Amino acid sequence: MASEIHSIVMPKWGLAMEEGIVTAWQIDAGATIAKGQEIADIETSKIANVFESPVSGKVRRLVAQPGETLPVGALLAVVADDAIGDADIDAYVAKFNEALKEMLAARASEKKPEPESVEIAGGRKIRYLKLGVGEGPPVVFIHGFGGDLNNWLFNQEALAETHTTYAIDLPGHGGSSKDVGAGGVGAMTSALVAWMTAMKIDSAHLVGHSMGGAVALLLASTQTAKVASATLICPAGLGPEISMEYINGFIEMSRGKKLEPILQMLVANPALVTRDMIEDVLKFKRIDGVDAALKKMRDTMFPGGEQAAILRDAFDNVKAPLQVIVGAQDRVLPAAHAKSLPGNVKVQVFDNAGHMPHMEAASDVNRLIAEIAR
Amino acid sequence: MAKKTYRQAINEALRQEMERDHRVIIMGEDVAGGLGAPGEQDAWGGPLGVTKGLMPKFGRDRVLDTPITESAFIGAAAGAAATGLRPVAELMFVDFLGVCFDQIFNQAAKFKYMFGGKAVTPMVIRTMYGAGFRAASQHSQCLYPLFTHIPGLKVVLPSNAYEAKGLLAQSIRDDDPVIFFEHKAMYDETAEVPDDPYTIPFGEANVTREGDDVTIITMGRMVNFCNQVADKLAKEKIGCTVVDLRTTSPLDTETVLETASETGRVVVVDESHPRCNMAADISALICSEAFDDLKGPIKMVTAPHCPVPFSPALEDLYVPSPAKIEAAVRAVMGKG
Amino acid sequence: MQLSRDDLIKAYKRMRTIREFEDAVHDEFSAGNIPGFVHLYAGEEASGVGVCMHLEDRDVIASTHRGHGHCIAKGCDEQGMMQEIFGKKDGLCGGKGGSMHIADLSKGMMGANGIVGGGPPLICGAALTAKTLKTGGVAIAFVGDGGSNQGTTFESYNLAKVWNLPAIFIVEDNGYAESTASKWSVGGSQVGRGKGFGMPAIEVDGSDFFAVYEAAREVIDRARSGGGPSLMHVKVMRYYGHFEGDAATYKAADEVAKYKATNDPLSVFRNRVTQAHLLDSKTLDEIDKECKQRIQQCVATAKSSSMPTEADLLTDVYTSAY
Repeated sequence: MASEIHSIVMPKWGLAMEEGIVTAWQIDAGATIAKGQEIADIETSKIANVFESPVSGKVRRLVAQPGETLPVGALLAVVADDAIGDADIDAYVAKFNEALKEMLAARASEKKPEPESVEIAGGRKIRYLKLGVGEGPPVVFIHGFGGDLNNWLFNQEALAETHTTYAIDLPGHGGSSKDVGAGGVGAMTSALVAWMTAMKIDSAHLVGHSMGGAVALLLASTQTAKVASATLICPAGLGPEISMEYINGFIEMSRGKKLEPILQMLVANPALVTRDMIEDVLKFKRIDGVDAALKKMRDTMFPGGEQAAILRDAFDNVKAPLQVIVGAQDRVLPAAHAKSLPGNVKVQVFDNAGHMPHMEAASDVNRLIAEIAR
Repeated sequence: MAKKTYRQAINEALRQEMERDHRVIIMGEDVAGGLGAPGEQDAWGGPLGVTKGLMPKFGRDRVLDTPITESAFIGAAAGAAATGLRPVAELMFVDFLGVCFDQIFNQAAKFKYMFGGKAVTPMVIRTMYGAGFRAASQHSQCLYPLFTHIPGLKVVLPSNAYEAKGLLAQSIRDDDPVIFFEHKAMYDETAEVPDDPYTIPFGEANVTREGDDVTIITMGRMVNFCNQVADKLAKEKIGCTVVDLRTTSPLDTETVLETASETGRVVVVDESHPRCNMAADISALICSEAFDDLKGPIKMVTAPHCPVPFSPALEDLYVPSPAKIEAAVRAVMGKG
Repeated sequence: MQLSRDDLIKAYKRMRTIREFEDAVHDEFSAGNIPGFVHLYAGEEASGVGVCMHLEDRDVIASTHRGHGHCIAKGCDEQGMMQEIFGKKDGLCGGKGGSMHIADLSKGMMGANGIVGGGPPLICGAALTAKTLKTGGVAIAFVGDGGSNQGTTFESYNLAKVWNLPAIFIVEDNGYAESTASKWSVGGSQVGRGKGFGMPAIEVDGSDFFAVYEAAREVIDRARSGGGPSLMHVKVMRYYGHFEGDAATYKAADEVAKYKATNDPLSVFRNRVTQAHLLDSKTLDEIDKECKQRIQQCVATAKSSSMPTEADLLTDVYTSAY
């Protein structure tokens, strides 16, 4: 066993994150932790979430104070064998902070990855964020109703370590054109195909959430050559039920206080919804054309308060590897929709997650995506 | 999302609205500049460059420089609005309202009512307000309470670049006369501003900070000072709710009363002179509608009852500062 | 140039309507039946009608506090006007404006104005709209001799000139701004002032419909064809006081009576058209009778129609949601 000192640092959750706060440690100094164990609650302006340890070992020092604002990359804790003395730990911490100063200076002048846009057939603009370079088909992340490419802030960078990845904004969302066409799953899927064509992507590992999941399923079943694998996270289209309280609340609420309980329906732990997250949704809804787009999608996809496009039969036509991930506490789409799917569709249920397992159980979801996209 | 200045955000809102609707025109003194002169055209783009680039793009038929003739061109804006255009007139400094107030408060504001509903006057007056520039008494006033007082007008005070773009687009699309107050000290301040056009509704205050101890109600540039104070006091576990009114007319009375009742301790911060200002208006509203929820008297932080002084030493005493706001919050907490 | 028979009848009918209207308002006001302030146009009919005969709905006029005549000349409904003056709910402005703010934008009548000098800047705006949207319309400000001294009026002359607007300024000089003679209060001359701002300017006898009509044609054609603004100085006489209740003791005792005897615009018109055999007395008499009856009907309807209620108090402050 090598004598090593491991640093646990402030993670980077999404493009915009520059700093975060450890609001609480869930372990004490001296504890032995395992990789993947939840060790702290971290809050950024955009989101709050539990932080899973990237390493195993003995926690020798908790460096970050609860409530202290630290930049991404700053030292949170030090993990090392008992064999290493305290003096060495001190030295390590000092050296680390020196190096951090330089890294922060370099980071300040570095060009950060920015989303780009491409025009697709028909003249609409699709915004996307490309991260990472890898061999083989890229991973393409597709958000759900009312979301955007930032929804994948816990996932895209992880997959970008081994793959070329794209997170896109569907029409009506994010920085893409607000023209949603007919406004249904078919229209969204056509837009996805047009984007892949414009980007010269022949085939991709699709990761779709909610409405994006239905899009991924539709494409995987109708244009099999374009889909190398499909991960459907809480996908729409598996049954008629949909929470119209959520959909209508999302559309109608224009004050932060009223929107908060609606957004809290997305997650098992309401603390994940920060005021900045609420602000971002409000700002999105104010953009010209968004209200009309959301209503068009609602009226096309959920007429009479039920899902119009049921795609359960589509599974039979999917050739590529496929998996379904749901959260047991999902209040938007019933987790039960994923029961009794045809054939041997792999279904993973996360008990402690709601409608956003890719945020609520990020590292597990990332592992599942990495496996299927191997 | 890109970071843009208050100035850029306003310019962008004007450009996008003019692209969207051919009836939107701009008029004012030197909004382009160089008219009739041999040298550079669009020489100024407004005294602080806010409208630069618009005349070259839209031409002098839609971006109109005027002589120095407020009563004529503000009146013309009112008449043009009532007959089919959607003018955005610039009253360079709100201090100049004296030479054109009739056109605003007796003409434009009253057409709809006096003519029995048969007039529509979709006009915007953009104007600079506020102290801190050492511009002295005739170029530094706030005066938004005077306009707020007039039925038929709407009064908008954007507190940052994001707010400015959305509220200006809303002002232009609104069918009533709107006075849009730009604080002259904020033009270089930045915020994240979407490239897409968007609007922010009137009469909906924005709660920028939430806390259980004190409610700070404010508007315009002061919102940023109040946020600063709230963030500082949060570290001492004094929780402040900060309410950015966005529009003094219409006033979001619901949010004012709700947030006042929640904490029971209220500070109102208003850069304008103390007599008959927004602080007095809001305090009276809270006292008449939510008195029983108050734990003590409301504290008002305003400029003093004097013209804006020139000397930097005096002007710095004149403008409500974060320190004065903090003192007021501590005072209502009984920790002053 | 000759007006058609129909136009002659239309012109006379309009002038007679104004006379009957104003006389009726005078009577009703004296009887205590009309609230607030009224300022009557009787005696000045040829000016308003002479100008407005050239105008269409796309053209816009702004008036002064003495607005009933311009309103009728521009084609507004006398019934609605009378009800408005009585403060009734079915008035042209819902009873919300009254005599001093009487308006109908659908007819291009941008209102009487309670503020002296309020009209000219507004008309620069209406002219700007016409020019920008290429409607071919013109905008006309009726200004009194009193209003001719307001800063807003001068600024409007200048703005109309430098923007080359299709605007016209008609100074109706009835000799008195309230109780102060224009002979004293106006420095220089109206025509000189117009020319001082680079505008063509003419003086016209306002007792003569035909003189006003001809002069108006010239300035309106000039404006409509892109030739820019003009000023017309029309000399008229108001028969009543500045406002109803003003005994006008500042006038010479026989000033009005003398003018009525020789220069009454309706008589001048009658003499001219009968002598030229364009219309006969009988036709004119019938028009007189018709107008009188029409106005009597308007008064009766105005008296019997209802007042607005509390439900109307707060409506129409704003157009967009508040």
